[in-house]
This record gives sequence, structure tokens and C-alpha cells, in this order.
Amino acid sequence: MIDEKILADHNLTREEYDLIVNLIGREPNLTELGIFSVMWSEHCGYKSSRVYLKRFPTRGKYLIQGPGENAGVMDIGGGLAVVFKIESHNHPSYIEPYQGAATGVGGILRDIFTMGARPVAVLDSLRFGPLDEPKNRAIMDGVVSGISGYGNSFGVPTVGGEVYFHDCYAQNPLVNVCCVGLAQKDKLFLARARGVGNAVIYVGARTGRDGIHGATMASAEFGEETEHKRPNVQVGDPFKEKLLLEACLEAMARDLIVGIQDMGAAGLTCSTTEMAAKAGTGMEINLDLVPQREAGMNPYEIMLSESQERMLIVAEPDKVDELKRIFSKWDLEAVVIGQVTDDERLKAYFHGQLVIDIPVKAVVDLCPAYRRPARTPAFQRKITRLRLPEMPSDLNQVFLQLLASPNISDKEWVFRQYDHMVQVNTMVLPGADAAVLRLKGLKKGLAMTLDGNSLYTFLNPRRGGQIAVAEACRNLSCAGATPIGVTNCLNFGNPEKPEIMWQFKQAVEGIAEACRRFEIPVTGGNVSFYNETEGKAIYPTPVLGIIGLVPDTSQVPAAGFRGAGDAIILLGENKEELGGSEYLRLVFSEEKGQPPVLNFDLEKRVQECCRQAIRSGLVRTAHDLSEGGLAVALAECSFKGPRRIGFEVKLNDQLRTDALLFGESQSRIILATRKENARKILALARKMKVKARIIGRTGGRNMVIWHRKKKVIDQPVDLGYRAWKNSIPDYFKIKKT
Amino acid sequence: MKFGVVVFPGSNCDYDTFHVLQNVMGQETVFLWHKEHDLQRVDCVVLPGGFSYGDYLRSGAIARFSPIMREVKKFAESGGLVLGICNGFQILLEAGLLPGAMLRNKNLKFLCQHVHIRIENNRTAFSQAGYKGQVLKIPIAHFDGNYYAPPDLLSELEKNKQIIFRYCDEKGKLSEEANVNGSAHSIAGLINRDGNVLGMMPHPERASEKILGSEDGQVIFRSMINYLEKKMGSGKKKAVRLVKPPVSPLPPLIGTF
Repeated sequence: MIDEKILADHNLTREEYDLIVNLIGREPNLTELGIFSVMWSEHCGYKSSRVYLKRFPTRGKYLIQGPGENAGVMDIGGGLAVVFKIESHNHPSYIEPYQGAATGVGGILRDIFTMGARPVAVLDSLRFGPLDEPKNRAIMDGVVSGISGYGNSFGVPTVGGEVYFHDCYAQNPLVNVCCVGLAQKDKLFLARARGVGNAVIYVGARTGRDGIHGATMASAEFGEETEHKRPNVQVGDPFKEKLLLEACLEAMARDLIVGIQDMGAAGLTCSTTEMAAKAGTGMEINLDLVPQREAGMNPYEIMLSESQERMLIVAEPDKVDELKRIFSKWDLEAVVIGQVTDDERLKAYFHGQLVIDIPVKAVVDLCPAYRRPARTPAFQRKITRLRLPEMPSDLNQVFLQLLASPNISDKEWVFRQYDHMVQVNTMVLPGADAAVLRLKGLKKGLAMTLDGNSLYTFLNPRRGGQIAVAEACRNLSCAGATPIGVTNCLNFGNPEKPEIMWQFKQAVEGIAEACRRFEIPVTGGNVSFYNETEGKAIYPTPVLGIIGLVPDTSQVPAAGFRGAGDAIILLGENKEELGGSEYLRLVFSEEKGQPPVLNFDLEKRVQECCRQAIRSGLVRTAHDLSEGGLAVALAECSFKGPRRIGFEVKLNDQLRTDALLFGESQSRIILATRKENARKILALARKMKVKARIIGRTGGRNMVIWHRKKKVIDQPVDLGYRAWKNSIPDYFKIKKT
Repeated sequence: MKFGVVVFPGSNCDYDTFHVLQNVMGQETVFLWHKEHDLQRVDCVVLPGGFSYGDYLRSGAIARFSPIMREVKKFAESGGLVLGICNGFQILLEAGLLPGAMLRNKNLKFLCQHVHIRIENNRTAFSQAGYKGQVLKIPIAHFDGNYYAPPDLLSELEKNKQIIFRYCDEKGKLSEEANVNGSAHSIAGLINRDGNVLGMMPHPERASEKILGSEDGQVIFRSMINYLEKKMGSGKKKAVRLVKPPVSPLPPLIGTF
């Protein structure tokens, strides 16, 4: 009997239950209830977000596949397609950091190769609590090791991403993993169970009891009892995944597959019902045939297990033998567990009895969608009001302090644990604005970046969303790339709270507007709600993953200064905008004000100007301005070149010196070029109506900035470099006892 | 020359190595499937990097039992040229084709970064295109690259000039800091007594194209090609340079079944 307790355990409301009874015409048994509960969970069913996600632009010039499949697909010419998607694995990574993060990587890799693409890059966006807390260090260490352990073994380079620290992530770290794959355009595979009578084949790892109800877990807040949820986290096997990749791609290349879907969240349940629903067919499977890792599993456990490294394939019956041979070549199991039917139902037998009999459309397409109430939080007006504190007397010291802030400092401690070079395509290593991959044998390349600023989004969710898109595009532009497609991961608190829903709605509208203005389609992504522990929500954190196309990889500029005597050019305008800045947060513990203003027309012109300058072959260094403002961006250029090199910059802007140095006004890019070419770039900027000026030159051993004839910054490059370089490693130094 | 790149389950630098040998160095290159016994009459066998069999036991410990390894051993014993890169080096150690063992890196973390290595002995089939003391910039990417050998073995390796590469700084100086993984005697690459089997932790295939930031890795491949050409020159007629096949951004299928 299904009672209130069972419903509560399954995160279903009484109304939802009544709807289920209505849809299937009787009371469901426990297994069927389990199926509905995962498929209708927030994680799989997007019930709180669906009505808003429709606002994203989903059409574009290069688009092949938009939202609704395992990943988005863009046409990059020459018969090639890029397949990409981002996913969160926040909850599991808090409970069990290593496996949580590792299986996050595993899951997104499968989403990519299930479409026929070979994963060529991974990027991750990570957010943790402050590093002075040992627990936060332990979580970060586990997460980074997990990503490294899985990605390195699988053989995909982890080429970039971002790492931020804030109190709001202490009990709820964010682990968002984005994977990019490459496929032949005419060899893409979809999750469709087409062809009545075709075989349904289970391949990959065996099914165990791990991860049952992972998707449901990811759809609820955490309380104090999260320790008990450890068994809900799956365990990854990157070696098996690598074999699965090779076997699947080989089977695809030999045209043996009709449809294929990975078993991720909700495992066998999701793959069977979705593949059938999308093809308008049904499926009949025998659960006794499902390869199992442990004895005595019941239908509920088999259907809801989230064991990793598994795929479901639909193939014509006469191709089954060849398929099996390929999988056995890669030492993997491939077992026919059922067939495609025409009755649009999922029927499953166990020990000879019919234990599941439900209409697939009800499960997949009829999940209720909620337009939940949204209300501006009471604190919103208070936090946006900012009274600027008095300027500190020693900005030179503040400069060092900012460079050492873990949000700004060097992330090499993280990315050198990742194999970022395997597959020999990584041209621009992690740490630059965007990662760039060459495409073997071709002139063009792919650029990719992840971006998000949760403090901006907290202060002004709509603008935070807009800026995330703008900055990601700016990062790409600094590599000379044109943005072509977007994926996003929306990390928010509990959507049942109207204040959270307001943040979500605003942020989505901001992102949607920005994507329209930049003319880039959203190809899919992931919504992660319930990022709350003990009632405290994270800051709203949309993370944007944007892919760009570099027409000529030989022109990609460096992120650092390349030599002495180069002219430093600033594109864009400095404004007195300190709201939401890392400077205010770090120095005054103020998280207030309005984030910087974003003018789309200006932003687009600045980016276009940067790209054109790069494509004219004149740019040696390009770097966008973000957290920490102009002073930090210049310092980063000093540190990231082949040799560390200083600069001298002179500014006369009529604004507060701290705002000039550390303000985070948008639409600004630093370019460095040989002295004799500077005027050509200025002329180009003039033509494009972009403000540009030479602000100084590279050279020397010091970083020097003058403001209205006063020297306001003068620090040795090496000193700044050490502050920037050692900040994160120092937290993790192995203490000798 | 004909090169064979062995593919173990879990190899993941197999295509990288194949790509550099075929498309950059212009050599005929084939994949050698781990379950097979046929070395396809290659002139040189390369064991590529990766995580063979997942490396869930000691790195390389299972791969040495692969059917193809029996042939590789025979090939090496009869003087054939064998290069082991990263996981390939670990496999050579486990298979007893090279002496010593690998420990976890000294900081107990996976390390992926560019390092500098110094050519200690250029009178080998793997280093003759370089000069003694030459500093090469080549990346590493490993968890277990901290080379270990007992003291008497280390002095034997030193005496026989079997240490081919050592970790150093960009100027060629040895230091604890430059020895990133903590290897005994800063060893980055090692050769057997007969001089036909080399194991190295750095990845020369990742440093063979300008677009990737370094071409220094070519020194190793060029040395091997020169050596083989000279060796063949006496008996066999010189191999004709192949017409380069078109390079595809996507790797080809590996092996047959």
C-alpha cells in the first residue's frame, strides 16, 4: 500500500501521486512508483524550471541539435560537429567528494559519446567554502582528485574552468563539469528506440545497488543526516568507461546501432522510457537478463540503480552478433534484455511475472510543470545599496592582497593534477581566458570557456546572468574566437521558496536576453536546485559554458606579455563601479552594491574589435578584465608570459583610484602589441567606435601604475608573482611532523 | 621505417603517439592490439602512455601479462628497438625489461606540466640526434613517476651510462625542485644494458609540434629513425618515404576483432 511515508520517501506530493494513478489507471506498485519518482524528480523532470527554460533562444546558424537530447550539437564546418554539455554533481560531491566528482565526469563523458562524439575536452567550474577551514580543503582536495582520477585515466584532457571560494559553498560545494566532443556530422546518434522488433541491448558495467535514488537525492535539501546518504553516491570506474567509449564508437562507425542512451541519473528507468517515448514506441524487457553485480536484487533496485559505465543500445536483430563481438573485443558485456514494441508501454518481467506495465509517455512527457511563486527577497534592496568606504591609504599593499586572494590567485595547484594535454590538441593551457584546441589537419580550432560570478548574481540576478554570458564571450574573443553555442548549469537553492524562484527567473531572463543579443543559441544544460544545507542557500550561481570557433589557430595570442617594449592598449572604458567587486569583498568584507553595468552594444563592439585585431595578426597578448579589475589583469599578463615581465602604465581617468585599479567595469580588454603596430589597432578601434588608448608599455622588473601623475602601484613582479602563485598551495602544504 | 604502437585496454596516448610518428615524423605506423601475437614485422615497438587495465594494481602490473608482451619481450631480447613512454615505461619495469620500480610522486599528487630534461648520454639509439647536456622541454603527466632503485643498482646504472635523461631546470641544472616527482638521481629516462630498450616518463609525443609549445620531443623520434635507417642501410634497402595520408581531427578505429 502506498502511504504518506512512502510518498515522502519518494519526494512525491499527494497531488502528483493522484496524477500518476490517473495516468496509469490504477495504483502503481512500488517499482512503478519508484520509476515515476525519479523521472518526475526535479533533476530529471525539470518541474520547477521548465516553464522558464523555454525563454532561452534555441535556434542559430550553426545549430544541429538543441535542448532535449543528451547534449547540444553545433556544426563547425568540414563535415565536423562539436557536441557539448555541462552537468552538475553538487550533492554527491559534498557527501563523498572523490567519487561524487569522479562520477560527475563519467556521467557527462557518456552524455557526449552516446551521441557518437569522441570527448576531446573537459572543463570544470568548482566552488568551495573558504580554504582556511580544514573541511573545505578536504572537500576541494577530494573533488580535484576525483576529477583528476577519472578524467586522466579515461584519457580526456581537462583544459580549463574556474575555481571560486565563498562561505555560501561551505556546506554545498558546486561541481559543474562540461564536456566537449567531436563527431562527424553525418554520424550523430540519438536516443531513439526506433523499429518495432529491434533488440534492446544492455552494455557495459553490471548493475549493483549503488546510487539508488541519486536523482531524487539531488532534488532535495540537505539536513544534518547527509552522512547516511553516502551509499546514494555511485562509484566510478574510468577504465571501464574508456573501454565503453571505444566499443560504442566502433559499433557506431560500423553502423550497428539504431539508437543509444547512457544510463545516468535514474539508470535503466530513464534510458528505457526516454528512448521509447522519443521514438513513439514501447519496450519490453526481462529484468532477469540484466547483468547484476550482486545477488538478490529486486526489480525496484534493478530499475533505479545508478551504477556507472552502462549504456542501452537498440539495434536490428541481425546486427546483434557483430555488436557482441565488438563489445567482447573490448572485454565488455553486451546482453539482449528485451525488444522494441509498438504499444508505447514499458513492460518488464521479473521471475516470469509482469512487474512493470506503464505508458512511457506518462513517465517522460507528462511530468507536471510548476510555475512556482516568485518574490523579490526582502534583503534585496538593502544589499544593493552601497556607501563606498573610504579609500585605503596603501593601495600598493591592497594590490598584493588581491593577488593572493584565492579567487584571483593562480590555480595551477588544481590544474596540474589534471592531464590537460592528452590527445595532443591543447594549444592554450589552463589558466588563460579560454582554452584552445587545435583540430588536427585543419587551420581552425575550438575555444571554450566556463564563466559565472555568483556575487553579481546575488546582488542582481538578471545582470549577473547577462554578465556571465558577456564575460564568457569576452574570454573567447580574447583567444580570437567567435562564440557559437551555449550550455549552462544553473545552480540555485530551493525552488519552493519564492525568493529563490525569483532569483532563478531573473537570472534565466538575463541569460536568455544576453544569448539573444550575442546571437548564440542555448543547446541545453542542467538545472541544479535545492543547493541548500540546513535551510541556507548558496548564492545563485549560473555557470555558462560557451564554445567558440577560431578561424586560424596560428593567430591565437598569448594570455601573458611576450616581451619588453610592447605597447599596452586598453579597449573599453574605466568607470567608477565597485559594487560586487572582489576588492570590496576582500578588503572591506562588503558584498554590496550593484554589479557593473553591461551595455550589450558596447560589449559586442569591444569583442568584435578584439577579434579583428587578433585576426589582423597584430596582437601578441590579449586578456579580458574581470575580478580584481585593471590592476589584477595587468599583473596576470605579467605572470603568464614565457618570462615574467613588468609594465608601466599611466592613467588620468577622473575617478577614485581604487575604482580605477580594482573596479570591475565590463567591456574592457587589454591588448599588447609591438610598438609600431599600436597605431593600427587604435585606428581599427576608431573605425569600430570602440574607445581604445595606449596606457603604457611592457618591460622592467616592476609593475608600476601611475594615476594622475602619482605612482599608486609599484611592486616587484617577483613579489607579486609569489603572492599570486603560492596562495592556494600554501593552504595544502604537507605539514612535516 | 615501420613503427608499431601497442594498444592495451586503457592506453590513452596510443593515438597521440601514432599521430606524431605517422603525421609529423612521416613514418609508416600501425597499431598492435594487446590480444595479438603478431608484431607485423615492425622495426620498432612503442608502448604508449595511459592507464593500462586501469592501473588499479601497480601501474603497468597487469599489462605485462598481455599476449602481445610475450612478443615484445622476444623482440627486445633479439635486439629490437622498444620505447616505453610513461605508462609504457612502467610496463617495461614491471615486465623486467628495465630495472627498478616506480613510487608515487613525492607530493602524492598527479602531475601534468612541462618539465626540462637533460640528455645525459647521446650515444644511444634514442638520443643520438641530440647532444650531451642538451636541455629538452617536454611535458610529464603521471601519478607514479618517482623512480626507485636500490643503491647498488643506481651505481650500476650510473657506471654503465644507462641514465639517458634527468629532470633539470631550464638551464640544465639539477635540483630538488626541478626533480618534480622525486626520482632517484633525478632519473627521467633509462635504457637497458644492450641499449635497445628505453623507458621515459616525459611524453615526447606531446612536444613534437610547434603549435603545442615545444618540438623537443622530436629529438627522441629522430634519433630512433636515424638509428634504424643506418642499421637497415647495410642490409635492407632504404625505406621509401611514405606519402603522408590526410590527417583527420578524429582518430581511426583501432585493430580488428
